Amino acid sequence: MNPAVLIASIYVFALAAFLGYQVISRVPPLLHTPLMSATNAISGISLIGSLVLAGAVKNQPTAHILGFIAVTAATINVVGGFGITDRMLKMFKSRNASAKAVQK
Amino acid sequence: MSASTYFMEATYLLASILFVFALKGMSHPETARRGMFLAEGGMLAAIIGTLIGTEIVTWVWIIAGLTIGSIIGAWMAIWVPMTAMPQRTALSHAFGALAAALVGVGEFMVHASEMPVVTRGALGFEVMLGALTTTGSLIAAGKLQGIIYGKPVQFRGQNILNLSVFLMMMACFVYFWTHPDATAVFYSMLGIAFAFGVLLVIPIGSADMPVVMSLLNSYAGLAAAATGFVLSNNVLIIAGTLDGFSGFILSVLMCKAMNRSITNVLFGGFGAVIAEASANVGGVMREITLDDAAMQLAFANQVIFVPGYGLATAQAQHAVRELAELLESRGVNVKYAIHPVAGRMPGHMNVLLAEANVPYSALYEMEQINPEFPSTDVAVVIGANDVVNPDARDNPKSLIAGMPILEVDRARSVIVLKRGQGRGFSGLENPLFFKPCTAMLYGDAKSSLSHLAQAVQHV
Repeated sequence: MNPAVLIASIYVFALAAFLGYQVISRVPPLLHTPLMSATNAISGISLIGSLVLAGAVKNQPTAHILGFIAVTAATINVVGGFGITDRMLKMFKSRNASAKAVQK
Repeated sequence: MSASTYFMEATYLLASILFVFALKGMSHPETARRGMFLAEGGMLAAIIGTLIGTEIVTWVWIIAGLTIGSIIGAWMAIWVPMTAMPQRTALSHAFGALAAALVGVGEFMVHASEMPVVTRGALGFEVMLGALTTTGSLIAAGKLQGIIYGKPVQFRGQNILNLSVFLMMMACFVYFWTHPDATAVFYSMLGIAFAFGVLLVIPIGSADMPVVMSLLNSYAGLAAAATGFVLSNNVLIIAGTLDGFSGFILSVLMCKAMNRSITNVLFGGFGAVIAEASANVGGVMREITLDDAAMQLAFANQVIFVPGYGLATAQAQHAVRELAELLESRGVNVKYAIHPVAGRMPGHMNVLLAEANVPYSALYEMEQINPEFPSTDVAVVIGANDVVNPDARDNPKSLIAGMPILEVDRARSVIVLKRGQGRGFSGLENPLFFKPCTAMLYGDAKSSLSHLAQAVQHV
């Protein structure tokens, strides 16, 4: 990593931290559990690093195996995380919607 | 740069923007779901972009990993019950951190010799944080699931042991940072970090899990961000940082809600030396019959339900909603009071009650609901203990002194649903149970609530 890239990365990190603070402090406690599982699914983006390790390294079988485990773990996070976040968010209903759901 | 590389970078930019929009949508239940669809689209774009933009030499492992991961992930998403949400979340922190750690190990194996010094520092950080979060989260999940004993595990010299293990890990880290070819030291660091994760979480009791969960969430995110530094990949840095900060903010909120510092949670070993602090509670607990309780509820103007972890263990969320509906049909005003650390993870109670079709407008936060207790006829405490313990407010010597509580003891009367006469998870005595306005209704919360509902129908 040359110094210019490093400095750019630090800028990205600092701005993302600031943005994250602004956005996340507005999430009501009501949604803290879905928030946690959503950010967890989003951080499953390490999947893209795992994909490269599993398939793009030449002549390194051990790296492929490690990459395979990493891809599996990250995919569980992405699929499971988004799936369960959606399942939870579906349950949060306003008063009218909840009355309808109970009648069903 | 070739066209496919530009395409890949474009998908990363798109993903970063969509992730931020998704989290912004989380500020309201109405917009949250739509936001998550955006994030899912962003993730898909980034995956496709990566597969197109990198020179893939072998597809076998990629396809195998994606398939197995999707099957397990979908299985978890569909079948895990809402009451098991804390365990599942802890488990997925472990998976995320493991992926980050393994990517780090792979990078080390392939590129260690030509790695510049800054990248090596980020790599060490990534591997260390990833490894300790993996084992730490597994222990937390085990404790929450009840596979591992939930009470804090403590022994003499524990903090000294932990500190020396931590220093050893840091020493390996610094040595590896300055010596590119120190392969053995790198793997020792990995091993020590795995062990340190275990040591870090075993002394922490189940009641402190909301803080630990948030911290592990933060670590998993920071490990992903460090991966971004190693690979010079901005979308990893952004997504990891968002996750890291979200976890950090939640940890701070949880600590505030318990009036404790993060160091105190991690190293204090709450719940071990308790007996002397709450000795002077006297008096008797008054028991109440089902019919009397039903009578009180049926003729009340306002009833507030206060759920705690006991609601989750008894799976009583549907029973409480049924009782609440009966009361509402009789003209009783029903509300739910949610303490920030009720349950085992942030927002645990909200999810359970939402599952039982309780509208979110009936769920109140602590600051909103506390002024309403004095004008409330009956407060019904369901499997909550420390979060309603008036000692936190009245007794400066109490171990939980200063922790903000739901002031149920200001209500005209309180009915406590409890399994038995024992103390709660923290082991603290609760003076609320001995107050003249409090009546105890013993038994499993779920059956108590459905019996109450039947009794209310006959009033």
